[in-house]
Amino acid sequence: MSYVIDRRLNSRNKNAVNRQRFIRRYKSHIQKAVQEAIKQRSITDMERGEDVSIPASDVDEPVFSHGSGGRRTIVHPGNKEFVAGDRVQRPSGGSGGGGSSASDSGEGDDDFVFQLTQDEFLDVMFEDLELPNLVKRHLRGADSFKRVHAGFTHDGVPAKLNVVRSLRVAKARRIALTGAARHRVVELEDDLVLAEGAGDEVTSRRIKNELFDLRKRIKRVPFLDTYDLRYNLHVKQPVPTSKAVMFCLMDVSGSMDQHIKELAKRFFLLLYLFLKRNYERTEIVFIRHHTVAKEVDEQEFFYSRETGGTVVSSALKLMAEIVAARYSPNEWNIYGAQASDGDNWNDDSPLCVDVLNKGILPHVQYFSYVEITRRDPQALWNEYQKLADAMPDRFAQRRIAEVSDIYPVFRDLFQKKVAAA
Amino acid sequence: MMPVPATNRTPRIPISTGSEWTFQLIEQYDREIARLAREFRLDTYPNQIEVIRSDQMLDAYASIGMPLGYNHWSFGKHFVESERSYQRGYMGLAYEIVINSNPCIAYLMEENTMTMQALVIAHACYGHNSFFKGNYLYRTWTDASSIIDYLVFAKQYVSQCEERYGVEEVEKVLDSCHALWNHGVDRYKRPHPVAPEEERRRQRERAEYIQRNLNDLWRTVPRARTASEPDDEKFPKDPQENLLYFIEKNAPLLEPWQREIVRIVRKIAQYFYPQHQTKVMNEGWATFWHYTLLNALYDEGKVTDGFMMEFLSSHTSVVYQPSFDSPYYRGINPYALGFAMYTDIRRICEEPTAEDREWFPDIAGAPWLEVLDHAMRNFKDESFVLQFLSPKVMRDLRLFGVVDDDEQSELEISAIHDSSGYRRVRELLASQYNLSDREPNIQIVAADVRGDRSLTLRHTQHQRRTLDAGTNEVLKHVHRLWGFPVHLESFANDEVVAKTTCPA
Repeated sequence: MSYVIDRRLNSRNKNAVNRQRFIRRYKSHIQKAVQEAIKQRSITDMERGEDVSIPASDVDEPVFSHGSGGRRTIVHPGNKEFVAGDRVQRPSGGSGGGGSSASDSGEGDDDFVFQLTQDEFLDVMFEDLELPNLVKRHLRGADSFKRVHAGFTHDGVPAKLNVVRSLRVAKARRIALTGAARHRVVELEDDLVLAEGAGDEVTSRRIKNELFDLRKRIKRVPFLDTYDLRYNLHVKQPVPTSKAVMFCLMDVSGSMDQHIKELAKRFFLLLYLFLKRNYERTEIVFIRHHTVAKEVDEQEFFYSRETGGTVVSSALKLMAEIVAARYSPNEWNIYGAQASDGDNWNDDSPLCVDVLNKGILPHVQYFSYVEITRRDPQALWNEYQKLADAMPDRFAQRRIAEVSDIYPVFRDLFQKKVAAA
Repeated sequence: MMPVPATNRTPRIPISTGSEWTFQLIEQYDREIARLAREFRLDTYPNQIEVIRSDQMLDAYASIGMPLGYNHWSFGKHFVESERSYQRGYMGLAYEIVINSNPCIAYLMEENTMTMQALVIAHACYGHNSFFKGNYLYRTWTDASSIIDYLVFAKQYVSQCEERYGVEEVEKVLDSCHALWNHGVDRYKRPHPVAPEEERRRQRERAEYIQRNLNDLWRTVPRARTASEPDDEKFPKDPQENLLYFIEKNAPLLEPWQREIVRIVRKIAQYFYPQHQTKVMNEGWATFWHYTLLNALYDEGKVTDGFMMEFLSSHTSVVYQPSFDSPYYRGINPYALGFAMYTDIRRICEEPTAEDREWFPDIAGAPWLEVLDHAMRNFKDESFVLQFLSPKVMRDLRLFGVVDDDEQSELEISAIHDSSGYRRVRELLASQYNLSDREPNIQIVAADVRGDRSLTLRHTQHQRRTLDAGTNEVLKHVHRLWGFPVHLESFANDEVVAKTTCPA
């Protein structure tokens, strides 16, 4: 007897747990591979999965087994010209007729290679990162609720029927509706005994009739009426959530050559991916500037080719204006990330510090500056250094010279801090 | 008994003509094949045929064919490995996986054509299935009716431990047990089947009992030696080959739950033990029967010519044996050898030659179904080859034996498929399937109960074969389980030739 069962609809990924464990075990290898990958990828395909390769010896599961050497006898198929007693050269590399088949001592040192999915890739990429000081939480609009119990109601869906309540109401109704009749029944029963004792046939028949009617009436009261039904009531209650906005400030002035712009874009792209993936409700404001600053959309931010001179303060002023106009610091967690080659009009740099210090830093949770240059620190860096010293938990600046610096710097800036308070 | 050959009078009405399968067709084919299998007197467990997707097949691969296993990273590793080679097209998926359980579970892949489904049904549901039910090793060592329940128990127990003691702690124990996987098998004792609730109850009892008795074995308070106590008391009295069993029962520092995990791994290793010893017999048997059953189906006119062409093409690639100098050569193909041997046994019974009468006087001319049934039931690969490998099969496969001695600069051809070499080649091939020849012989000879509590393992070298470089890693695992120093002595001709200690 056979049974045929269709299992195709069963859950996928029965091995997901095992795969997770494997990935966790080789995390350090995988992190290295991810870092390599970020370095090599063009900025348009940052989000792909990745091939990870781990030295075969590291994933080995050791067992007792024979090494090479000793004397062994092996039977092979497909003899062509050998006769017993022939002596033949030992094939090199241990393969071919000699010992390949029976030897169980590994198959060389090929790396163990496997494919990391896109999700896993991004997970590893942004593991242990967070927006610092995300503390302001507010009630707001219609997107985050929890359901709470709010008493009972007369109508609802059957799934929410409250049986105990409903039956309690039914019982009360039955008592209320039949009370008078039941009293009367008790009275009449006494009368009936008297009447029968007295032998009064007429009265006792009348009483019996009345009793019959009363009992019928009591019986007619239904055990459960639609009026009795009670349903659990749940209402939606808004939950305070954090609102956050990230300002991305990129310098696109003439001094930023193609290479530096590329690095800046990579940095922002990482930031963008990170926010999109880990913070659903975070807004991002893109600002690009040369001598004038302009708020742009994502497409223009990453792909526009417009350029010019450099006035860094323009971008900071624009940011301060946007904050004042749209993002009240009482409600919003505000973040800023600025990238530049540090080349600025000399008298503009103190102005920048001033704008930052007075107009921006008091309102933001965290502001980070990356200077992308291979040269010595520029004016802007030196000015900013004072801010960094004064407010280490609000302001941070790092330097990027090579593609390979971007990811480490990014991790450094947004590293999860343990209990900073 | 034999299916009636189709004559011109019976019209040929095939069960299906297209290559698409449906559940109805699968049931229809299964009914027909089951009928034929009954006529051939194949005794099987009931079948549970499950249709799955290819990614589920990959899942099944990764958990070494267990329908449900506890979680461990190594299964994840196997999974990503096979997933990758499958996606790259390096590897086709096996058409089927079959599980030795009652009912016997066989997986059919969604992508297969109707022909392949029929092939798999004949191969797995009637070939492997009857082998699982009939062969003495399986009858002795595995209990088909309770294995699924035991796996459920194991999975639950391991995940409970993970909750209680942490994933990493459990993983460490499992890692160590897996390293001794091949040395956790009783080769000569027969375990008896237990029901799952019983298993759980016993598990609790065992935990308590062992903890109590171990303390006694390892009592540290020194006792005055009485005269009756011999001075050189040895523990264990005899060498122990089942390392995991010895560790489970005697390791001084293991927690009860760790002992239970050792036991789980040991039990599962024991369950798979017969499969390692009957590769040729089992695959050969299943291949022989899918070939025989589907041909019988064709003779009855139940399948089309196209069906047969597709079937024969897969069958041929399954039993293809590349010769030793081919780049595709990966050792002897168990399907090819097994199929050739069973087919030849049938030939010896039906059309014996003078040579067969000389070599196999008992079976030449005997009823073939009975001889095959006997051969399937009472042998394992080693003895099967030794008993039934005929000169004709050796000639057909052109088998020859090579001696590879590291003290000689050249290889020597020790025997080939000629009259003076038949017996020698047969012996060599048989010993090649002898598990104790393939795996190093390692036994526990001493646990220093009264001294430093160290454990001594003895490796007895066979043909001067040494252990490979991974040995130290394995010793670390033994050390983790045992908790005290572990020595490994390598013996050649009763002399210690190498000695390792962990921790070094």
